[in-house]
Amino acid sequence: MLTLENITKVFHAGTVNARTALDGVNLHLKKGEFVTLVGGNGSGKTSLLNTVSGGFLADGGRILLDGENITFLPEHKRARYIGRLFQDPMKGTAPNMTIAENLSLAYRQAGDRKFQIGIGKKQLAFFREQLAQLNLGLEDRMKTNMGLLSGGQRQAVTLLMATVCTPKLLMLDEHTAALDPATAEKILRLTEKIIKKEGLTALMVTHDIPSALALGSRTIMMKDGKIILDASGEERENLTVEKLIKLY
Amino acid sequence: MSMIAFTGAVELGLIFALLALGIFVAYRILGVPDLTVEGSFTAGAATGAVFVASGRPFIGIAAAMLTGSLAGLVSAFLQTKLRVQPILAGILTMTASYSVSLYIMGGRPNIPLFREETLFTLLGRLGGNERLWRMLLPLMIVLIVGAVLGVFFHTRLGLAVRATGDNEEMVRASSINTTFTKMTGLAIANAIAALCGALIAQYQGFADINMGFGMVVVALASLIIGEAIFGRRTVIWNIGAVTVGAVIYRLILALALSFRLNPANLRAISALIVAAAISYPAIKNWWTTNGLKRRERRTRC
Ligand SMILES: Nc1ncnc2c1ncn2[C@@H]1O[C@H](COP(=O)(O)OP(=O)(O)OP(=O)(O)O)[C@@H](O)[C@H]1O
Ligand SMILES: [Mg+2]
Repeated sequence: MLTLENITKVFHAGTVNARTALDGVNLHLKKGEFVTLVGGNGSGKTSLLNTVSGGFLADGGRILLDGENITFLPEHKRARYIGRLFQDPMKGTAPNMTIAENLSLAYRQAGDRKFQIGIGKKQLAFFREQLAQLNLGLEDRMKTNMGLLSGGQRQAVTLLMATVCTPKLLMLDEHTAALDPATAEKILRLTEKIIKKEGLTALMVTHDIPSALALGSRTIMMKDGKIILDASGEERENLTVEKLIKLY
Repeated sequence: MSMIAFTGAVELGLIFALLALGIFVAYRILGVPDLTVEGSFTAGAATGAVFVASGRPFIGIAAAMLTGSLAGLVSAFLQTKLRVQPILAGILTMTASYSVSLYIMGGRPNIPLFREETLFTLLGRLGGNERLWRMLLPLMIVLIVGAVLGVFFHTRLGLAVRATGDNEEMVRASSINTTFTKMTGLAIANAIAALCGALIAQYQGFADINMGFGMVVVALASLIIGEAIFGRRTVIWNIGAVTVGAVIYRLILALALSFRLNPANLRAISALIVAAAISYPAIKNWWTTNGLKRRERRTRC
């Protein structure tokens, strides 16, 4: 599904501030695989996600998504295949637009007309049904501006926006880090549920080692821009929080 | 204020409401205080005037809007593809458009239209009278433009343009090309500004190369007055508020002039209104913080 071949990224190359964020990363995600990604601050996790989503271009290497070379594809074109959630709940939604309007921006289908006015009844009913699955009562507030929701509610809607069009790849960058423990747990459950239901290929960054080991089927660790651990199956089952912390 | 001054102010207010709507689209919807509209306003007046002088006032309006939208596209191109800061992109486009406007006017800094057939004299001959049309035509055009904008910002493309001003990163993550949405938004904003210029030229009977000077501040002041009175709610509400704000701005000016206020001070007052309104949150914050500090000092001893 996703293949990274020898990806490098150096910020401020050729200056005294040069920083190697990604140092020859090779990675392959199989279709339907749910991978958790851990690593210390500045180890290159966000940079890795950004090169895949097109936030910036890699300095070297190739990125293949479902067989297509997307290394130089502009960000908005990749976004068709990639759903994304950030740590900051503000980043994923437009605050001065309603929940329904936000969802309709994310919900693009073949045959959409640019000048179609408003959101159709059928679409509204569909959004309602989707929102109801979040169990946050948001289905009755579809005309509320996004900016009036709490961080957790926003992150839940963002999750929905990232997945209504079933992406080929879902990338989550510490998407529960800004939430209180109970809400974080709830969003995490929701994430797991959606990934399972749609059979999504997913890559989730987290600093919470227990959930990194509990969720998904494979755990990767980064350090200084390199992948230093890639555990699945039995190897992963034998991993403990203590063992993983020693590797940081 | 005399009746003539009053109706004159309303007429001007309705025409300048278009400029305020242009600024509204650029500044409030896209979040870009686009100075290009000053250039588009003049370029629109110039284009319109040239067509009026050759006896085609209607085509002049369409041509003016086309000129304006091209200026908007240039500015958007600078901002997106060439990564020029929005304010600077506006200044560059506005400055360059001065030359373009002069070129359009055949090198003359001024085109008089007093003896030409304008939209107003034309409609006056067809029915009613010219005086009536000077009120009715701007009103009709503002209503049409307002309605079209209101509908447009609820289409899929319109939603994408609004979202671009709200959270650009999210728009790109939703696989929408923000270069395209910015181009669309700024083209619309500048087309409306140019329409305003073309109408003003025909209304006042001349186009002048310097008529755009300071117009962004005037339009911003109208926008802010409208928002201060009616508040910010839905897009359609805001469009109405901006329009009425522009009329009220002209009425305030007329009132000030009727009290013998020196017209030379008007621009400074407009700038003051804008600066005060935009810095209002900061001033309020400073005021409350100071209040808290004072109270804290008092309780300490
Ligand atoms: N835009 C940027 N400009 C310059 N340097 C950057 C930029 N983004 C990241 N870096 C550098 O690249 C390295 C990797 O950063 P990255 O954000 O990928 O780390 P991370 O693993 O996501 O860390 P965290 O856990 O703190 O989020 C760091 O040394 C950082 O300073
Ligand atoms: Mg990070």
